[in-house]
Amino acid sequence: MDALEIARWQFGITTVYHFMMVPLTIGLGLVVAVIQTAWHRTGKPEYLRMTKFWGKLFLINFIMGVATGIVQEFQFGMAWSEYSRFVGDVFGAPLALEALLAFFVESTFLGLWIFGWKQLKPGIHLACLWVAVIGSVFSAYFIIVANSWMQHPVGVEMIDGRPVMTDAWAVFTNNTALVAVPHTIFGALAVAGGFLLGIAWYHLWRRRRDGIDTTGADGKVIPGESTTIPGRDRADHSVWIRSLRIGAVVAMISFAGTALTGDLQGKLMFEQQPMKMAAAEAACHDGTGFSVLSIGNIGSQNCDDIVAVIEVPGILSFLAKGDFTTEVKGVNTLLPEYKENYGTHLPDNPIYGERAGQEIEYLPVMEVTYWGFRMMIGFGGLAALAAVVALWLTRKGTVPESPWLMRLAVFGILAPFGANAAGWIFTEMGRQPFVVAPNPDPSGIDQVFMFTAAAVSPGVSAGELMASLVTLTAVYAVLLVVEVKLLVKYIRGGVVSAMPELAHVPADENEDETPGSGGPGGAKPADDVLAFAY
Amino acid sequence: MELLPTIWFIAIAVLWTGYLFLEGFDLGVGMLMKIFARNNTERRVLLNTVGPVWDGNEVWLLTAGGATFAAFPLWYASLFSALYLPLLVVLVALIFRAVAFEYRGKVDTDRWRARWDWAIALGSFFAAFGVGAALALTTTGLPLNANGDREGGPFAWFSGYAVLGGVAVVGFSLVHALAFLALKTDGEVRHRARAWFVRLLPVLILPIAAWALSIQFLDGKPWTWALVVLAVAAAATAWVLARAGAEGRAFLALGAFLVLGTASIFGAVFPVVLPSTLDTAFDLTISNASSSDYTLGLMTIVAAFGLPLVIAYQAWTYWVFRRRVSTDSIPEAHSFLPAIAVKAFTTKG
Repeated sequence: MDALEIARWQFGITTVYHFMMVPLTIGLGLVVAVIQTAWHRTGKPEYLRMTKFWGKLFLINFIMGVATGIVQEFQFGMAWSEYSRFVGDVFGAPLALEALLAFFVESTFLGLWIFGWKQLKPGIHLACLWVAVIGSVFSAYFIIVANSWMQHPVGVEMIDGRPVMTDAWAVFTNNTALVAVPHTIFGALAVAGGFLLGIAWYHLWRRRRDGIDTTGADGKVIPGESTTIPGRDRADHSVWIRSLRIGAVVAMISFAGTALTGDLQGKLMFEQQPMKMAAAEAACHDGTGFSVLSIGNIGSQNCDDIVAVIEVPGILSFLAKGDFTTEVKGVNTLLPEYKENYGTHLPDNPIYGERAGQEIEYLPVMEVTYWGFRMMIGFGGLAALAAVVALWLTRKGTVPESPWLMRLAVFGILAPFGANAAGWIFTEMGRQPFVVAPNPDPSGIDQVFMFTAAAVSPGVSAGELMASLVTLTAVYAVLLVVEVKLLVKYIRGGVVSAMPELAHVPADENEDETPGSGGPGGAKPADDVLAFAY
Repeated sequence: MELLPTIWFIAIAVLWTGYLFLEGFDLGVGMLMKIFARNNTERRVLLNTVGPVWDGNEVWLLTAGGATFAAFPLWYASLFSALYLPLLVVLVALIFRAVAFEYRGKVDTDRWRARWDWAIALGSFFAAFGVGAALALTTTGLPLNANGDREGGPFAWFSGYAVLGGVAVVGFSLVHALAFLALKTDGEVRHRARAWFVRLLPVLILPIAAWALSIQFLDGKPWTWALVVLAVAAAATAWVLARAGAEGRAFLALGAFLVLGTASIFGAVFPVVLPSTLDTAFDLTISNASSSDYTLGLMTIVAAFGLPLVIAYQAWTYWVFRRRVSTDSIPEAHSFLPAIAVKAFTTKG
């Protein structure tokens, strides 16, 4: 591998990894904020328990997103200095604004939330979480504005060979970003939905298995209490069944949201990056049919031997244009157009290193785009379907006794993560060979583009890049094991893992009647220096 | 003289100063976990003085980096790519440190805590050293060619200034953390921190003073020389105040030392942002490395209300958590048994 390939692997690995943590942070943050709001309004103890439990898992995950996020910002300059020089005038601004207007808000107000349970009035404390969560949504907006500019450059003029921002409004309201942001937020909520569903299912299943919850003649649940294990009382049952239902509803809504926004995004992409979408379809010839399964030696980059095994006529046109008859351009039509517009060979410029003068491969790696696109939709759809089934199966207040269904629910947590990763891999690899894709709108800025081959740092050796690739991959692998281990420990601990006070209260039956003990009305800024301590 | 690039040069100097001021003490507290704290309770006292704020402090680094990218993309690209390996060390250090803060208390065994204590201490040390080295090198220069790329291989950045800058920020962070602990803790830790501060301040600020002075000899202007003199006076004031037991004012005086010191350094090198040691014609300056006036103007407007807002709500955080932490206020470690002890995935249903 040469420097460029190593740098690309590194960016891919670190980004996909970072984006395991980020959707869970955004999605779970929103859910926890809603639950704490419910507690604030009703004072019901199960909402407090849910806030504490899901909040704890949220924090274990949040810190990994923070830690791996710094790598992302530094990486542009370290490994992609030519890219940074070329796009800095327009691309740097959303990054700087993300730090100034979103990261500060997120980190500061989350610190207040974690440590301020007693120092802040309940309403202020809740507001801090909302501010932090909204900060994370803003952070998603800014970084997607930056990414969307790479997908669809707008608001610039070429001056002295570099794109210079002339219209910030156009950059910050790029239509690519306006559909990608809600798509990403819904994708994040899908992750949170699956997370709640799987874990709550596990706890309900375990309560039945341990004989705490039983079912009556009508199949309805009869919640019980464990005399030996603290925290496994009737309120505990409410915690899990509510969590499960919230998770399922969130999963269904977010799938609908991703489908709608994804459809808009697809229609834009057929205009903005037709080659990406043709490659997503393995569509060699112009046509109207959507391929359900295509086989062939597609890695050969030769379109002739691809056979569409199952194809639904009209659907491709619908995805692209909203009707069933418009012919959508295939790879064989697009290739000559790209060659005519952007050249057949990389220019003889030292910026391209050894690749100077090489022929340009305009077709992205089709296995990746074709299957990435289908995995995104498939995993997303599966998770939503599972949510519907889960709601039905738990309509009588608990889960079936089957251990296999429980395992399915737990492993189902991974499906939305897979959908998110597949979607990003598809859209980033589908943009190749460009790092900044040309904008084919009749806006006159279609000469603003950059080949990935020109973007890497010329002064950085392959050895340095390899050192960082190996180091970061190893560090990330170790930390993934640690994070998952801790999550599992806290999940198995149940609510009491996040609420030590539950272990010291012998019975909390009275908790149901007197929310004052821990309810929002009763909590005052206390004298304790530390409401929470590391 | 270009107005907007000058404003952004100042803004970036402010961001770096803010970073060194705020994360300075939490990096120092991290290092002190291993050399100052005597037992687990004391380590938790240290940790909890910065617990609610360290993450917000670290964002100053991200903002300094992001602002450099946006305002001076050529500076950002050349500096970050030339310092590839040292910045990798900084990244790994920051990753482990961040995770350690959150995970250290999550498993109740000595072995687990000891590991994360090392992660915090070493992470803080290498982050401070690496950031210091990078800042020193952007003031003294790197072997950059006409395109702004590093010549001479992965270690061509290495020089005495890299070591000096590294040691400077490590030393400052330690002394700043001692001042912070004297202000934020109570009991034995507070008194020991103040005693250490009085004893070690003259030594620990030497390297950062040496950096500031060597920059003055290279590029100094009369007013930046004056700042150095004022900085030394501020350090002396901090020492006197700490001896007299005025911990809050000692902390502020040391902060003034930092502000004056960094101002003297950035002021001296202005308008060069990154000199080339190969040829002064390749120097990156505020005019040849900056973004367009349009971009800088936009960022100026946003920063003009954004930055004061950040300072306001971060100040509020310090106010909310203003009370001193002592060994008495540390709750017991929270050890819990899993509600579900049996491995659900290995038992047959």
